[in-house]
Amino acid sequence: MPQMTTLCLYLAAILFTIGLSGVLIKRNALIVMMCVELMLNAANLTFLAFARQNAALSGHAIAFFVIAVAAAEAAVGLAIIIAIYRTRGAVNVDEVRALHE
Amino acid sequence: MNDKAELVTFFVFAVPLLFSALGVVIAKNPVYAAMNLVAAFFFMAGIYVLLVAHLIAFMQILVYAGAVMVLFLFVIMLLSIGDEHLGKERKKAMQLVGVLGALGLLAVLWGAISAVPQAIPASVDPGKFGTVRAVGLVLFTRYLLPFEATSLLLLVAIVGAVVVAKERI
Repeated sequence: MPQMTTLCLYLAAILFTIGLSGVLIKRNALIVMMCVELMLNAANLTFLAFARQNAALSGHAIAFFVIAVAAAEAAVGLAIIIAIYRTRGAVNVDEVRALHE
Repeated sequence: MNDKAELVTFFVFAVPLLFSALGVVIAKNPVYAAMNLVAAFFFMAGIYVLLVAHLIAFMQILVYAGAVMVLFLFVIMLLSIGDEHLGKERKKAMQLVGVLGALGLLAVLWGAISAVPQAIPASVDPGKFGTVRAVGLVLFTRYLLPFEATSLLLLVAIVGAVVVAKERI
């Protein structure tokens, strides 16, 4: 039976893949942001797994910073989504292409 | 015996975690996706406790399941997205390509993880590892500068969110 650390790494890899596929296949910007949160959580799980493996508390500090950055990212991202919805009436990521055209 | 109990607890949290994470991607309605994400965060907190990260598990529930998801739900209600937006998914072929790309990344990660040598984890004292005291000591000594930079980041995020979202300041 594999070690706990290895199991957590596999779980984090699967979660990251689920989040990435959500980012790739979804058009609703809100769900895309939720999937980004899922990917950040997978990264956090990896940090904590290695912190447990090596009995190093630095991993916990990094996880703390990841949570803070994710909160900031959610606040700014949702504000941008509201601003785009107000000016364009769209929440789909591929309908916003002013820079592309 | 202790190891077996740990493994059973791990799967008790990991299997529902994977299902609720899949629910986020599969759900058509953003409200259902948000609810699945809240469930995923709770199961994730359970796995954090299993990894002797009590403070981070608690923060996960407070910050993610509490603050961030309430923010998401408020925005979902504020936008009041009608059915005309919900029905339009990507083409099936494009979805398939996206999933295949993600699975390719999973294969790479899987190969990398299986190459990691299996080592016996270091023994930790749950009374001294991952507690508020221990993590706080690390945060306020070794990581003091990043910690203060985080407060600046949050301030910038607050001001930025207000400036971007407000119609007229």
